[in-house]
Amino acid sequence: MGKEELEKRIVLSPDGEPIEIDPINDYFCQDLPEVEKKSSIAILEKFQNWARSRSLWVLGFGTGCGAIEMRPLMTPKFDAYRYGIQWRPTPRQSDVFVISGYLSVKTLKRVIRSYEQMQGPKYVIALGSCTINGGMYWDSYNTINRLDHYIPVDVYIAGCMPRPEALLAGFEQLKKIIREGRGEGANLYAENFEWYKANQKKIIKDWDMPDYNW
Amino acid sequence: MKELIDRLKTSYTVEDYIQQRSDLAHITVSKETAVDFISHLQRVEGYKHLVILTAVDWIEDGKFQLTYLLNNPEMKNDINVKVFIERENATMESIHHLWEQARTYQRELKEMFGIDFPGSPGVDKPFILEGWHDLPPYRRDFDTKKYSEETYFPRPGREKNDPATYMKQKLYPNE
Amino acid sequence: MDPILVKILYALLTLFIVLNYGLLIQGIVPKIGARVGRRHGIPFYQAYLDIIKNYSKRTRVTHGIMFYIGPVFRLTGGIGLLMFMPVIFGSNMFQNFSFTGDLLLVLYFQFFGVLGMALGAAESGHPHSAIGVSRGLSQTTAFEFPLTLGVLSLAVQYQTLNISDIVAAQQGGFMHWSIMTNPLAAAAMLIAFLGAMGRAPFDVVLAPQEIPIGPPTEYQSGLLGVLQLNRAIFPIAKLILFMNLLFGGATSWPELFLKTFLIYMWSVFVGVVFPRFRVDHSVRWFLGVPLLIGILAIIVTKFF
Repeated sequence: MGKEELEKRIVLSPDGEPIEIDPINDYFCQDLPEVEKKSSIAILEKFQNWARSRSLWVLGFGTGCGAIEMRPLMTPKFDAYRYGIQWRPTPRQSDVFVISGYLSVKTLKRVIRSYEQMQGPKYVIALGSCTINGGMYWDSYNTINRLDHYIPVDVYIAGCMPRPEALLAGFEQLKKIIREGRGEGANLYAENFEWYKANQKKIIKDWDMPDYNW
Repeated sequence: MKELIDRLKTSYTVEDYIQQRSDLAHITVSKETAVDFISHLQRVEGYKHLVILTAVDWIEDGKFQLTYLLNNPEMKNDINVKVFIERENATMESIHHLWEQARTYQRELKEMFGIDFPGSPGVDKPFILEGWHDLPPYRRDFDTKKYSEETYFPRPGREKNDPATYMKQKLYPNE
Repeated sequence: MDPILVKILYALLTLFIVLNYGLLIQGIVPKIGARVGRRHGIPFYQAYLDIIKNYSKRTRVTHGIMFYIGPVFRLTGGIGLLMFMPVIFGSNMFQNFSFTGDLLLVLYFQFFGVLGMALGAAESGHPHSAIGVSRGLSQTTAFEFPLTLGVLSLAVQYQTLNISDIVAAQQGGFMHWSIMTNPLAAAAMLIAFLGAMGRAPFDVVLAPQEIPIGPPTEYQSGLLGVLQLNRAIFPIAKLILFMNLLFGGATSWPELFLKTFLIYMWSVFVGVVFPRFRVDHSVRWFLGVPLLIGILAIIVTKFF
């Protein structure tokens, strides 16, 4: 750790009494993720999945060089809005996380944090070869090779870089997956939480956040 | 630039000097005089702009080469000041008092090459690699491929071809 | 049946119609904008999908009681504004809970929701929410000045604080509308209306992509759904208010839809033509010429 603001310390309360503060435990919720069951009524679940697939809110977080491929989707030429794809500024309101290209370890930490703040059901689209096997950065000291060891991935889009059309096709594929009820990445993450966490902690050496920081 | 170099030679020991282009010269100076020399260039000769500060690892000679690329916006020419320092326990005087932005370069060099700049503000803070415990990764004795294979779960099935032979086989399979 | 029960049922019917109208207009207006830009644009029913999606999220995060109550306050502000206004003039069904003096209550409800959001956002623990809320509140306060002055000018003109009476006084052709009989008050109010609608050039306080620090940053799932419902109801309620005060009200639903849509287009047109104001600029702007027009409107109606 070694970060001053995260260490245990004694502060004076407004009444003048000293109290101990442990930021990680006191400021963050320590609950682990739970598997969220599907709705028991099949037709309702189907209807909800249909609505989910028609209203995909993308987290506006460009992690690598592929972020440049997301921007054209907002322009008149590609116009992703007609498919119900919109961009949101905050992870709390987003459904889809587009990992756009290579991930350095430093970015991966932020990605995990953002991913965990998103509300389930949530989906991940991995864009570019770098997320599949490292791409051209496969032997780098600082970029990860396989994204699916750290967060569950729904759709891969291969290429270096894929064109915006490929990204649109990936969104269509994601819609199909959601409509078939297979978009259960959040539950997968909750079920295999310890495995994911062990992988993440192996990479991220200065782990200075709670394990599941809502 | 010739007369400038001659002028500099009168007051400083220039170890080596290469005129690469009419507007780019490489000058090698010793570690002790380097900061003095650079501040002379900045204050007297008008080299006001620090383009880049970077390093080269000459592992065979046991040396790091520090490269201070300076630009003179009025004369429109560049001087590359090369400084060779020892590779073991590499330290160099900081130049953040000349250019404020040099602290970022020095922070990067500290992290990537392990070259220390005592006195430079925030030089020990992590720059890109958070919590790095291994050898500084830009040193040439750091095996980045081995590190990546040990750390980052390489996906099996990755093949590698020599582009020349591979394309030859593809294009002219009968030869 | 008990008359008050009937009244409540009719009010709920009004709410239902207004909600659907608001959701449709949320889809149609961007659709028009997209077509102008030669795009397909979102489906006109996108707002419904978004709300269903948000309500069918499986997890939600809370930060305490005020965090829940914030969106509820906001929705109460929107519904309350609608409930205390006569929607259709001359119709018993859609009078809602209009009463003598409802004009003042309506003015109050304009502010109610923002205050609720301020409480909720502060509870969310988001470090920048205070900035976002204070920006929203300062802009709201700024456009309230010309709005209130314009409304008071109308109250002086018609010597009443009852919206129904004001609408009744405007019947009999468009030359009787307040916008013709009291143009100064109308000008002040229509300028304030631009700020009240939260569209460009005054949408920096809630522009989602530009400033991810606004009050709703932490809201998700169903709580965001409540906010979305309010974003459908609140603008329509404000449109009906302006229609009642300035454009002679409506005697039937089609007339209401037409008039409110045209009034809405006024803010849309201004929005597409002018770039955004920053909050400090917009506050200064509202406290300049629009405020003077409002004061002038009061003086003119009182003494001439």
